[in-house]
Amino acid sequence: MSGWKVFGSLEKRLEDPSLLRGVGRFLDDIQVSGMLHAAFVRSPHSHARILHIDSNSALTIEGVRAVYTLDDLRPYLNNKRLVVGLPSPSYKQELDRPALADKEVVYVGEPIAIVVAESRYLAEDAAAIVNIEYEILPAVSDCRLAVEKSSILAHTQSPHNILAQFDMRYGEVESTFDNASYIFKENIWQHRGGSHSIECRGAVSFYEPTEDLVTLYSSTQSAHTAKNILIDMLGFDENKVRVIIPDVGGGFGPKLVFYQEDVSVVLAAMILGKPVKWVEDRREHFISTTQERDQFWEVEIAVDGEGQILGLRGSMVHDHGAYTARGINLAFNSALIVSLPYKVPCYFLEVLLAVTNKVPVTPVRGAGHPQGIFVMERLLDRVARELGIDRAEIRRKNLIKSDQMPFKKELETRGGSPVILDSGDYLSCMEQALEKVGYRDFSVRKEKALKEGKYVGLGFANYVKGTGRGPFETVKVKVGTSGKILVYSGAAAMGQSTRTMLSQIVADFLGGDVENINVITGDSSAVPIGIGGSASRQTVTAGSSALLAAKEVRNKLLKVAATLLEVSEEDLEINGRQINVKGVNEIKMDIGEVAHAVAGTPGYALPPGFEPGMESTKNFIVDDLTFVNGTVAVEV
Amino acid sequence: MGETRKISLTVNGKSYEEEVEVRFHLADFLRQKLGLTGTHLGCEHGVCGACTILMNGKSVRSCLMLAVQADGQELTTIEGIAPSEDEMHPLQEAFRDNHGLQCGFCTPGMLTTLLEFLEDNPDPSEEEVRIAISGNLCRCTGYQGIVAAALDAAQRLRDAKGV
Ligand code: FES
Ligand code: FES
Repeated sequence: MSGWKVFGSLEKRLEDPSLLRGVGRFLDDIQVSGMLHAAFVRSPHSHARILHIDSNSALTIEGVRAVYTLDDLRPYLNNKRLVVGLPSPSYKQELDRPALADKEVVYVGEPIAIVVAESRYLAEDAAAIVNIEYEILPAVSDCRLAVEKSSILAHTQSPHNILAQFDMRYGEVESTFDNASYIFKENIWQHRGGSHSIECRGAVSFYEPTEDLVTLYSSTQSAHTAKNILIDMLGFDENKVRVIIPDVGGGFGPKLVFYQEDVSVVLAAMILGKPVKWVEDRREHFISTTQERDQFWEVEIAVDGEGQILGLRGSMVHDHGAYTARGINLAFNSALIVSLPYKVPCYFLEVLLAVTNKVPVTPVRGAGHPQGIFVMERLLDRVARELGIDRAEIRRKNLIKSDQMPFKKELETRGGSPVILDSGDYLSCMEQALEKVGYRDFSVRKEKALKEGKYVGLGFANYVKGTGRGPFETVKVKVGTSGKILVYSGAAAMGQSTRTMLSQIVADFLGGDVENINVITGDSSAVPIGIGGSASRQTVTAGSSALLAAKEVRNKLLKVAATLLEVSEEDLEINGRQINVKGVNEIKMDIGEVAHAVAGTPGYALPPGFEPGMESTKNFIVDDLTFVNGTVAVEV
Repeated sequence: MGETRKISLTVNGKSYEEEVEVRFHLADFLRQKLGLTGTHLGCEHGVCGACTILMNGKSVRSCLMLAVQADGQELTTIEGIAPSEDEMHPLQEAFRDNHGLQCGFCTPGMLTTLLEFLEDNPDPSEEEVRIAISGNLCRCTGYQGIVAAALDAAQRLRDAKGV
């Protein structure tokens, strides 16, 4: 390989020039000729029965084309529900969202009807006068009350409000707690929050009769998931649906979810035979984009007189919201992560997922992990206070030390693989953070501030979190006959420099020129299968696949070029678009020419011994998670 | 279509005369009528700052103005910041060099806000920069890179002026 090394060196982001000049292409920037605009009629009630929907006056507004409810969409639906839940044996009931509300609304913001008009202004005018008669039903909003036997039902058709139930356990919990010197109990109530990417959600869809193809542009984190759900709901063949992700203005989890609005926009476009666009506004984002986080924990920690942790036990109720828009993963992640950075000899947590009349809950920035970490750190602060031990000291005592690694936790990931903390120096990480935040002389600052009438506080937390979630992300690397290098992947870019990352990895093997690489992500037609952007996974999965594919293409490029140039492969190098004999600039070929030689000409033989095409598709497969650690410290 | 009115205005040095619905807000007008989609909408409530543009050199939220209110005014949007096709403004360069953006959705508002700010205050402190962008929300970067970019841009602009 030549002297350059692109990956690991400081590169300017390839995404930036167009974003800085205002010529990026986000969902709302897409204009298709003849496009109509949609607005949704949403439930103002957290729980109600829909008695009657009257859209007559809405339809009289000039420029309003249609108002569709579930009844209007039903004839086009193969499956009227969005089946998205990640698998788990712990479910007690299935609560998949209907494409639009089906007789009963179960949260404020639930879409009931889609209104399509010549402009968004008109669509909103019309949506405001769609008249719906409701019978208001009692609602349940507190997950603690929801799981009680006598609770009001969040869905009138459900047997109870328990979505799922599971527990996590290892070690001798009962005897440890029976014999512990100290047991401290905390009730921790974690509140709800939204994701609020600055760009809201959105969809543009159109149907092309010439190709018999439905296209959906969506501000989503996973094109292939969206495509698969559409295929399921519409009963279409695989090759009749294409999902494309334009520039995305932040994802943060909720854009991983496929929504009622997505399928409604697709159907409206199909029925009307016109492109339809819907862009969520901020108010809608507050009430209809999935949210995260209300959990109620009752937990006890057992310690000895020195502050050494002996065990942890308790229960947690997780507010799942009104429907399953993702699965049980948040509660699972919270439960799994609690003890990770520390030596905790025994653990028991009983988890209940409660159905409530609130917006469905799915991953938002951390997917349940921050909740579990918060609980552990609060418990440790409590122990420190009770036993009069310094907060840092109590953590020093209990953190897993680097010389104890690899450290196997008696826990399993949701896919059943073991939790092995293979490396890391948690202690020195924490010490560095404390040093940086000035922990040692915090008390001096605190006292001084108090004299000035100000209250300051300092908090810190340690975390260990699994990243790089598998199982794979396909990448195809191809050298075109134009000499351009093309990188196709199921990965999705939401601002995390995916294009720069993949270009850097590929460039290291194929000439070092990132400008000569086109990265095509977030397009279901680019590669047959894909997973998308979540769980800090794309550099690990797509990046590794890109590396393997680029390596293979490099080998083939050199082999074919060596045959064509009649030199030995070892003597060749790739510089930019050129393959030449090392140090001899005269004996050279453009990589496009080399690709051309194996692209095939009818009736002529390929160079002997070569398969056609200058490309490679790879799937780096990984099941285990990589556990990273960190310490967060803040003074306020 | 509701009541309309004819307006003329200059955007990024180019004159336009357009018939516009009186209820159209300025951001929708720029994006939909003029095709200048670089100005982004994050809230349409005057909260996020993504839609900030310059009107006669002063920052305004284009979601909180009607298009008709811009009649006769001179506007600058993100598309008008770079001096040419192959050259970027020092503020844009500084954003690129300091990780001042990830997804880039808040960026139009950040750039326009800072452009005005650095004009008024060419040698700001870090705290002054933070106050200047306190009306612009970014959910990706954590602001550190944006603040660093603003300070770096101030330096570049001062260097260019030889002060
Ligand atoms: S869109 Fe104007 S301030 Fe948010
Ligand atoms: S860069 Fe994404 S919101 Fe600021």
